[in-house]
Amino acid sequence: MSKRSHYMVLGLVGLVVLVLTNLPSRTSTRLKLAIGSLFLPLIGLVSAAQQTAGNAASALAPRGELIRQNEALRHENQQLRLQAIQAEETARENERLRQVIGWQKQNTWKAKLARVILRDPANWWRTVQIDLGSRDGLRENLPVLANESLVGRVSSVSLTHAQVVLLGDSNCKVAARVDNEAHDSGIIGSGGPFDASLVRLACFSRTTTLKPGQNVLTSGDGGIFPKGIPIGKIVDFRAVEYGLFTEARVKLAANLGALEEVWVMMP
Amino acid sequence: MTTFHTILLLLAAVLAVFWEAAFPGTSRWLRAQVDLLPALMVYASLCLGLPATALLAVCGGVMFDSLSANPLGVSILPLFATGFLIHLRRELILRDQPFAQFVLGLAASALAPLLTVLWLLTAGRTPLLGWGSLWQWLVMSVAGGIATPIIFLMFGWCERLLGHRRAVESSFRSDREIRRGPS
Repeated sequence: MSKRSHYMVLGLVGLVVLVLTNLPSRTSTRLKLAIGSLFLPLIGLVSAAQQTAGNAASALAPRGELIRQNEALRHENQQLRLQAIQAEETARENERLRQVIGWQKQNTWKAKLARVILRDPANWWRTVQIDLGSRDGLRENLPVLANESLVGRVSSVSLTHAQVVLLGDSNCKVAARVDNEAHDSGIIGSGGPFDASLVRLACFSRTTTLKPGQNVLTSGDGGIFPKGIPIGKIVDFRAVEYGLFTEARVKLAANLGALEEVWVMMP
Repeated sequence: MTTFHTILLLLAAVLAVFWEAAFPGTSRWLRAQVDLLPALMVYASLCLGLPATALLAVCGGVMFDSLSANPLGVSILPLFATGFLIHLRRELILRDQPFAQFVLGLAASALAPLLTVLWLLTAGRTPLLGWGSLWQWLVMSVAGGIATPIIFLMFGWCERLLGHRRAVESSFRSDREIRRGPS
């Protein structure tokens, strides 16, 4: 191959890179989602295979075990129904009191179940793709939960699927507070690349009363995440910036490495 | 290079990127996700031409970025640079030797993510980096090195199975046979 052809190929690749990296952010996101849609047939194929394998495994489950599980679930269902009735009554009471005091009505959130279909192939980001899209009512910045604790937020949405940026990624910052007497607050920032279960909670004042094992919840500041969603527990803490601030390590309640299904909170 | 080879290569790139995103097995066990695109780049740059190498870098890079939080197009240049460097020295490389393939795969799998992260940092992005990243880099490099000879084997097998065979010419020609003795 001649040198001229080499230069032509180099020039073409350079041009493609230049165009793609300088696209407006919105166009780039749409293009990414459109290209990602090309994998949908493969995702469907894998899902079908997994479902078939799951069905085969279910068919092999012993009848006695199924009856026992059914019984346990029935008991749990009854207990949850009773709790739901009590919660409904509490909510009504809460609404009445809010009306009396003149507080703003709190929005109720609906949860929608989504399946994790793809994970970020790069080691330096923490994102997943879920099988709900704009046709299901999803939009950007909706909170995403798993096992009743926060895992991240929706970062971009296409018609059929959406990308969720997980806690610990540098693009997912969460205003949080510690469940202690002082209600110490801070921001959940990025974690390390190795352990997905640990994240940093930064920007505390010096005079904190942190203790390992204390619960960390969303503070509701920032307008994206509603107040009071569990995030995790404090593991340890240390003084940073010459003792001006405190930084704590938080063990997340959800296992981000093994996410299979998540709940998207919709207003 | 034939169209068949190029299609086969792009198909392998699609499957490689999908495998990386859909099956997090290595990510769970080794805490690092393996990238097979650099290993494919080694094959393309040694066995196919520069246009196929460029096509793989563009298509593979764009597909990888579309499933990742990388800005679109960031992975193209590191992949192409890796392939281009190998392509320039292809005459000097013993491409049929599995050990040479392993070393090239190792080097390519080490270089491509390094260049991508450098680009991201230069562009002002904040990828997750720390001491654990060294382990991930090591795993990616070694896994890429191991995958390269396997990719060569698989493409060789596919070529034998699906490609047309070259006709073997014999030096014997019946019209030039020398007949001895009484006819």
